[in-house]
Amino acid sequence: MWGRFFAQRLLQLIPVLVGVSFIVFLTMHLTPGDPVEHMLGQAGRITQEQIDELRAHYGLDRPLIVQYGRFLRNAAVGNFGPSYSHQGRDVGAVVAERFPATLELTLFAFLVAILFAIPAGVVASLRPQGTFDRTATVAALLGISMPGFWLGIVLMMVFGLRLGWLPISGRIELGLAPLPTTGLNTVDALVAADGAALWSAVKHLILPGLAMAAPMAAMVMRMVRSSMIGVLGQDYIQFARAKGLPERTVVGKHALRNALIPTVNIVALQTGLLLSGNMIIETVFQYPGLGKLAVDAIAAADYPLVQAVVLIYAISYVLLNLGADALHAVLDPRVRAA
Amino acid sequence: MAERVSEEEELESVAATTPGMLRLLLGNRVAVTAGLVVIAFFAIGLLAGVLTPHDPNAQHPEAIRAAPFWRADADARFLLGTDSLGRDLLSRMMYGARVSILLGVVVVLLTLVVGAGLGMLAGYFRGRFDVVMSRVVDTLLAFPFLIFALAIMAATGPNLVALVLALAFKGWVDFYRVARGDVLAARAADYVTAARGLGASTPHILLREILPNIVPPLIVLATLRMATIIIAEASLSFLGIGVPPSIPAWGTMVADGRADVGSAWWIATFPGLAILALVLSVNLFGEGLRDVLDPRMRKT
Repeated sequence: MWGRFFAQRLLQLIPVLVGVSFIVFLTMHLTPGDPVEHMLGQAGRITQEQIDELRAHYGLDRPLIVQYGRFLRNAAVGNFGPSYSHQGRDVGAVVAERFPATLELTLFAFLVAILFAIPAGVVASLRPQGTFDRTATVAALLGISMPGFWLGIVLMMVFGLRLGWLPISGRIELGLAPLPTTGLNTVDALVAADGAALWSAVKHLILPGLAMAAPMAAMVMRMVRSSMIGVLGQDYIQFARAKGLPERTVVGKHALRNALIPTVNIVALQTGLLLSGNMIIETVFQYPGLGKLAVDAIAAADYPLVQAVVLIYAISYVLLNLGADALHAVLDPRVRAA
Repeated sequence: MAERVSEEEELESVAATTPGMLRLLLGNRVAVTAGLVVIAFFAIGLLAGVLTPHDPNAQHPEAIRAAPFWRADADARFLLGTDSLGRDLLSRMMYGARVSILLGVVVVLLTLVVGAGLGMLAGYFRGRFDVVMSRVVDTLLAFPFLIFALAIMAATGPNLVALVLALAFKGWVDFYRVARGDVLAARAADYVTAARGLGASTPHILLREILPNIVPPLIVLATLRMATIIIAEASLSFLGIGVPPSIPAWGTMVADGRADVGSAWWIATFPGLAILALVLSVNLFGEGLRDVLDPRMRKT
């Protein structure tokens, strides 16, 4: 039964991935000029014949559908060709270099959001309309109404510039970077048992991580709260209480476990939005990750690089949703049956 | 317990009539205040040309980075100060309201009509159309919204038409899903069976019988979507791929002020506050509206 469930989900991914890659491929064709023109941009005087020859060489004279097939084949093995900026380095290499930075920041923001939102949502649900609940509700509303880039700048002005507590750009202090084994500075610093590097890496994550986590924390908190309120009103909770179970067990075990099921979907959805937040927050904090890479690539009209990053984000997003579905099925047997 | 149920039932029967709904909405002080703030923003955006003290793009080289009015180094001509080119922040913010609201309304209306229309057709006729649509929707849902808009805007450069399309491209999906689900439920309802039995045509059933019944949740969704769209537009403008730089927009203004966060904090702060105020009001109004129009989703 499990095998069938996952096989089905994986099969459903195929049309989605084809659609996504086709859209990415098409946006490339909306751009002015083609790669050959970009490559020859700096090369001085070129005859039309030479241009045609190069176009034929790169297959740009073939029908769109053939070009798409070629794009898919190359993308599948991570081959996006040379970047137009970054001294013509291979797009795959440039992306691979930036990926760990974004992974680290996104994971950090994810943890911050979850570790804040779930306890806050539970506490708020215990006394609806109480002081904590009201405060949390207002905070959550602010969190979803505030543009991330602005929150980032405000945090930067207050905690970075005015108070001087935290750094406002980059990933780690110069000269402290640990040997890159995983590429995640915090993990590498831990592996190297380098306390100074670890602290520096964490300090650099706090402000961008908070700015990125805010809307997710707000949405998840609201979901946990309302789903806890729903669960706490059910008969089996009353029964558990009547049995004389301690309130901690009733809330923490009986109620929370069921309240978290609908939360899984919101968490997945919001993690997808975290990925979008990458671009904005990394730009605000000059954080050298994929998001900033994409924004810079747009400014430099580096389309192969834009394509590669967009595709990576889309695939991560799809896999994330698949993961959420799977987790949902594990938690809720009814989903498996459906 | 029994008291609460009857109270809710009463609420529902009141909410079932249009004047009753209006009374409920007006009784929600938060929603009313939020609605008034939204109206004020609409008015400012509409009347920006008349209300602004300065030309939003006029540069005043003698008053660069002028401070807001309460500070000793303020320039009396510029209430909220000026940016690094000496442009009046207040005037630019008022014009910024115009862009945000205009784009928000246009995108929401476009996505509402397209999404609800397709959703109604898919829900009513089912069959192959529904299957194909659900594949299309799955694909679009798999695309992170901002990244998607980014891909489009990267290809076309900053311009308003592309921006509307980029913002609308995925936005209709939410309306589609709500409309489809509601029509699916409605087509089995007695009143639809009755209309069909009386020989009503399909367009009549869809537009005159079903549509009025599924409008309330769509209105609620439209309001809440407007908040999302305003933030998305500001975010794209902040990244330099939204509203063209010649048009004053809140996102662009925050980006302009980023270089001066150390010396002139107000340049980036004020336009962000404007976004927060408008989006917060739209959200509060939308939630108030939901409580009245869509009892199923009423908060506990």
